[in-house]
Amino acid sequence: MRGALVEPAAPVLELRGITKRFPGIVANDRIDFDLYPGEVHALLGENGAGKSTLMNVLYGLYHPDEGEIRVGGEPLALGSPRDAIEHGIGMVHQHFMLIPVMTVAENVVLASEPTRGRVFLDYGEAVRRVEELSRRFGLAVDPRAKVESISVGQQQRVEILKALYRGADILILDEPTAVLTPQEAEELFAVIRSLTEQGKSVVFISHKLHEVLEIADRISVLRRGKLVETRPREGATEEGLARAMVGRDVLLRVDKKPAQPGPPLLQVEDLVVVDDRGLEAVRGVSFEVRAGEIVGIAGVDGNGQTELIDALTGLRHASSGRVVVDGRDITHATAKQALDAGVGHIPQDRQRRGLVLQFTLAENIGLHDFDREPVARFGWLRPRVLVERAARLLRQFDVRGGGPLTRAGALSGGNQQKVVLAREIERDPKVLVAGQPTRGLDVGAIEFVHRRLVEERDEGRAILLVSLELDEILSLSDRVFVMYEGRLVAEFGPGADEHEVGLAMTGGRAKEAVA
Amino acid sequence: MTEEERVAAAETRAPEEPGEAKPGGYAPSVAERLALYQRAGGVITPVLTALLAFLMGGVVVLASGANPLSTYRAIFDGTGLNWLFPWVSGADRSLAAINLQQTLLLTTPLILCGLAVAFAFRCGMFNIGGQGQYVVGSIMSVWVASAFVGMNGPLHIFLAVVVAAIAGGVWAGIAGLLKATVGAHEVISTIMLNWIAYWIGSWVFALGGPLQSKANGGSVPVSHDIQANTHLPVFWGDPLLQGLHVGFFIALGALVVYWVTLNRTTLGFSVRAVGFNPEAARYGGIAVPRNYFVAMAISGVFAGVAGAVDILGWEFRINVNDIQASQIGFIAIAVALLGRNTAIGTFLAALLFGALLNGTSTRHLDPAVFRPDLASNLTLLIQGLVVLFVGADVLVLWLWNQRRRLRLGRARRAAEAAPTA
Repeated sequence: MRGALVEPAAPVLELRGITKRFPGIVANDRIDFDLYPGEVHALLGENGAGKSTLMNVLYGLYHPDEGEIRVGGEPLALGSPRDAIEHGIGMVHQHFMLIPVMTVAENVVLASEPTRGRVFLDYGEAVRRVEELSRRFGLAVDPRAKVESISVGQQQRVEILKALYRGADILILDEPTAVLTPQEAEELFAVIRSLTEQGKSVVFISHKLHEVLEIADRISVLRRGKLVETRPREGATEEGLARAMVGRDVLLRVDKKPAQPGPPLLQVEDLVVVDDRGLEAVRGVSFEVRAGEIVGIAGVDGNGQTELIDALTGLRHASSGRVVVDGRDITHATAKQALDAGVGHIPQDRQRRGLVLQFTLAENIGLHDFDREPVARFGWLRPRVLVERAARLLRQFDVRGGGPLTRAGALSGGNQQKVVLAREIERDPKVLVAGQPTRGLDVGAIEFVHRRLVEERDEGRAILLVSLELDEILSLSDRVFVMYEGRLVAEFGPGADEHEVGLAMTGGRAKEAVA
Repeated sequence: MTEEERVAAAETRAPEEPGEAKPGGYAPSVAERLALYQRAGGVITPVLTALLAFLMGGVVVLASGANPLSTYRAIFDGTGLNWLFPWVSGADRSLAAINLQQTLLLTTPLILCGLAVAFAFRCGMFNIGGQGQYVVGSIMSVWVASAFVGMNGPLHIFLAVVVAAIAGGVWAGIAGLLKATVGAHEVISTIMLNWIAYWIGSWVFALGGPLQSKANGGSVPVSHDIQANTHLPVFWGDPLLQGLHVGFFIALGALVVYWVTLNRTTLGFSVRAVGFNPEAARYGGIAVPRNYFVAMAISGVFAGVAGAVDILGWEFRINVNDIQASQIGFIAIAVALLGRNTAIGTFLAALLFGALLNGTSTRHLDPAVFRPDLASNLTLLIQGLVVLFVGADVLVLWLWNQRRRLRLGRARRAAEAAPTA
């Protein structure tokens, strides 16, 4: 509550001229940023624009090369996150840092537990304090529940509670809505409003423009390490912010003609797939994707989407049911056989699965066909063929930041994804399975991937889009299924209502009848 | 991971993906650490690693009451590497030549066994079993080369080498097969296979063992001598004084085979893909388990050939004691690690350890300079330190970054102090 008592004009936090250099790059170039009590200040920027670097400087994880941080008017040399916490700065990371087997209360008080006799954890007291905090800020969560048993949205609340418990007046939320359903995001915004009403200040990092416009009081845009603008929300538009982020006009809405569906190319019947623990993750799923249409599968993470993709692409055995690609049964195919049957696969995790980061781009593009003509002959690689093809595709897909002999790990996320796209499309697949194809990409790269997917649809491929981003599903798909607990619980036609799809994602609505 | 380690990791990644430091700790796999190590320092890291190991070896020498400089000087002279200096002449030069022949004689199996470890590494596996594969190669080659009396010499040599290669390949292949089928960890299974090879060798040549020589009334636990026409030709030095045999060229050829296989064949492509990222390899349609098996088997072939080359090149027979005392396959781990699993690196590291083994042998070292019984332990010490330092790559990188942060912090404090002063 420190912030609420000082006069409104004094910022609780000031960053002045922050510069952070990494070898070969200036990640933050003389950045000024301030935060007033009770304010939500959004930080917008593409990946690599320097948002995370700036926040890591603020949280004491990086030391700035130049510049000054002031908290409550006092200059501050942050040495570590511990210093930051002591000065009332709390951070909620994109990936939660909770201990799943411990309860909410235990997680919140961890490292500064109320004790009995300085030895034993006073669990009752911990629960009481957590209850008090959650009541005060409207963060509904059961303190006695195990973290592994609560939803992602609730886990995020636990992270916020953790920061508040340690006395945070300034909360840094790093892409907080990335893991949430639209409903959960709304609830988070309510929490943020209740926090700011009580004098807390929030730095809201995001690349989702409409959210920023909804929740922020002021918006700062970073581009290539430089602060482009800081402006009040009033009068800001999505188009204007996108232009500031990317440095050029960006097409935010996907521009596509109505689908001209042809014959079904992917047919899935009563598919059952078990996960690594042997539990049924996909429980009898049936659908088809026709040539020239994009079918979207929406759902909260962990409802069987991953297992479904794996089964379709030969990476996981189906327990029962059938998968047919263009008349060919690939239910029991290996990954190679599925590829040969005409399945292209843009994997959900390009860094772990889509690319061998230590391989060159040429090698990565050859990942599927390195052992056959024309890339290989009699077991010998033909590096020139590999490199020439890569050079052509890198040009064609506008991959920047490297040539055929650059290691994949050296590229930015967007360019890495372009390499994956180039490889999968070059194979001329009949069915393209795209798992979260724009995860972690910036506005410009998202635009590229979306446009390309629509182009491939118009080329007559059958495209299955599985994504956690509801916006993406709704703007790209010609038909939408909602996956919940291993089943397709609802189907929507074009122009589906975001709210209704969101409800179905949480299991709130039975199967929707659709013409 | 602690906060600091995360920062260190983030900072080393920084030039590639600024601002994308991923929170959340994870234990890096062998292959990931290897990749990190390879990215981090180029040639400088292994050189630093070796220097650091020698430095600490020097401290130990000092602690034992000797002079590290003269000790290292004496060891260096014992390696015969001074033969490369044109100003060494006369009797010194011929002595240096003999010493260098001995050094290269030890380098030969180290190259081959080093490749055995390195090849498995490139497929993401840690082959601790070079020793066992080397031993079965030795056993099989001594058996083939001592039997088949009257066979054509070159053909006989060829047969002995091939049988040893197959034996090594099968031995390592067992570990590969177990990993591919039931997921048994190769570190455990290769260590167990080492012991099986050890005891098989100790049994077949033991008193009354099936392959024991009946010469000397059968009172010595030793194999039959190999046929005279299966000795590898000596091309440098006196054959009677253990000159350098053509097995050295087999080792050099193996280096070329290693590089070509990895970088120019489809097999090497899939092995490397699996080694760097098995999940991506699987996604790419590569049969990951098959690659584990194949890579392990090929790895064993290198070690098996090493066994044959030693038998046919200079040992000519094998004693139970030789099997029990041999350390080649273990030193090869340090060779591969220090050589960073590259062909040229493996050669240089094998030369380094070959030289060390020879230079510290009791044969060469003047007891007045350093106690010879301690000297051979110096090799083991340096070998151990190399493995330790390479294994502690993350720690080294962390220290490196701490140093940088300290420097930056000092610079900042100086800058802050300047205006007020």
